[in-house]
Amino acid sequence: MVTSLFPLRIQGASIIKRGKRIIGPIELDLESDGITAVIGPNGSGKTTLLRMLHGIENLANGTVSWGNFELSDALKHQAFVFQNPIMLRRSVLENMIYPLHLKGMTNAAAIDIANKWLERVGLSQSCNKDALVLSGGERQRLALARALACEPKILFLDEPTSNLDGYSMAAVEKLILDASSDGIKVIIATHDFGQLKRLADTIIFMLNGKIHEIGNVETLLLGAKKEETSKFLNGEIVL
Amino acid sequence: MNEIFAGFKQALELIVSIDPDLFEIVLRSLHVTISATIIASSIALPFAAYIAVKRFRARRLLIALMNALMGLPPVVVGLVVYLMLSRSGPLGVLGLLFTPTAMIIAQVIIITPLIASIAHQSLRDLWAMYHDLLISLNTTKWQRVKTLIWDARRSLLTAMLAGFGRAIGEVGAIMIVGGNIDHLTRVLTTAIALETGKGDFALALALGIILIILAIIINVSIHMVSKTERSKLW
Ligand SMILES: Nc1ncnc2c1ncn2[C@@H]1O[C@H](COP(=O)(O)OP(=O)(O)OP(=O)(O)O)[C@@H](O)[C@H]1O
Ligand SMILES: [Mg+2]
Repeated sequence: MVTSLFPLRIQGASIIKRGKRIIGPIELDLESDGITAVIGPNGSGKTTLLRMLHGIENLANGTVSWGNFELSDALKHQAFVFQNPIMLRRSVLENMIYPLHLKGMTNAAAIDIANKWLERVGLSQSCNKDALVLSGGERQRLALARALACEPKILFLDEPTSNLDGYSMAAVEKLILDASSDGIKVIIATHDFGQLKRLADTIIFMLNGKIHEIGNVETLLLGAKKEETSKFLNGEIVL
Repeated sequence: MNEIFAGFKQALELIVSIDPDLFEIVLRSLHVTISATIIASSIALPFAAYIAVKRFRARRLLIALMNALMGLPPVVVGLVVYLMLSRSGPLGVLGLLFTPTAMIIAQVIIITPLIASIAHQSLRDLWAMYHDLLISLNTTKWQRVKTLIWDARRSLLTAMLAGFGRAIGEVGAIMIVGGNIDHLTRVLTTAIALETGKGDFALALALGIILIILAIIINVSIHMVSKTERSKLW
């Protein structure tokens, strides 16, 4: 039997914290092709949805399945760039090497790969800096480089360019597009409509912890079925 | 006032003349306390990291117990260790009573909860920061423990130094289990207690001054070692 991570299938999944339903119930089928963007107002559950797909949130009910993989095995093929990037209390280079060592890579090989990716995100000069002194934008780029260096099959990006200037944004978006054309499934949460048009193939619109509408990017931008989706995409306030 | 002055003078004389008895006592103090600190740390640090990382039912109870044990009266520890090691005690056959080993055992019991408790606080904070990343990277429990210990090493060093400080100045427990036997189990603190009892305040004070100097030297030099490492790294 061929093992495959796709389709991703979510059935009736919800997440409850402190007695409150944060998201769900969610029904979703996702194929491996294209970049999927998750949009929606603050607090609508984008981050929680991504974390749920990644398997790092406890399901209150329902199921999440990646093809015929166990959720814990699927995790090994995924990388997550958190909304507030988590830096280890180590140098930039050591931050890069850490996950590679976990995968059993030798030091020399890990350093090679780390340097290659630091170069691509423009952090070569900072490789000996303490990661905790990096700026917000530098942290985001380091976290992305660290994730890509692991060669995941699925890459979760939670607002990965929220702190980036125009130049870095373009560079990072190029990396994301490259990753996608290399066959990495990218699932990205974003508030940036320009980015949506530049990157996304499919849009998931979250509202109040539920998937309000899902569809092809052109279709949704030309005319969403639901009123709230069109409003949101037009920059109006949706509650 | 006179005694303090005489104490300083005698301390200086003892140090300058490289008094062999004094050096024997200093070395024994260091041997007992450094051994105890190393043993206690190798128990306390992984334990602290484990309870920071792992969620289990008895965890809260264990933390409360650890914090309570921090306040264990050394004299009582000494008494219990004495009873365990005495000829009629369960571990009497080992013949450890009135040996430096018995003193190390007592000190380990006294400082392990202290080191564990201080270490746990910083490891818990670091874990809160690392949690999502280390879960996402599919790390094993043991890898998490190793990562936390390594990245918190400076605060852990401070925890170890606190343990060292408590142990080197401790007298009640080691007096009971060591017996303050000359050339065998006499250390700085027990010698101070003895000289004070005999009324030789100047000598007692001289030993006290040496004890303090020793503690300061060790603290400062360890902090300097970890500092140089820091500047090299970053
Ligand atoms: N651990 C938690 N305990 C209680 N409530 C939580 C917890 N985590 C998230 N929430 C709540 O769940 C809701 C969804 O949060 P989430 O972070 O998924 O939103 P988001 O769509 O990513 O928002 P943003 O655009 O601000 O990043 C929020 O209202 C948040 O307060
Ligand atoms: Mg979010």
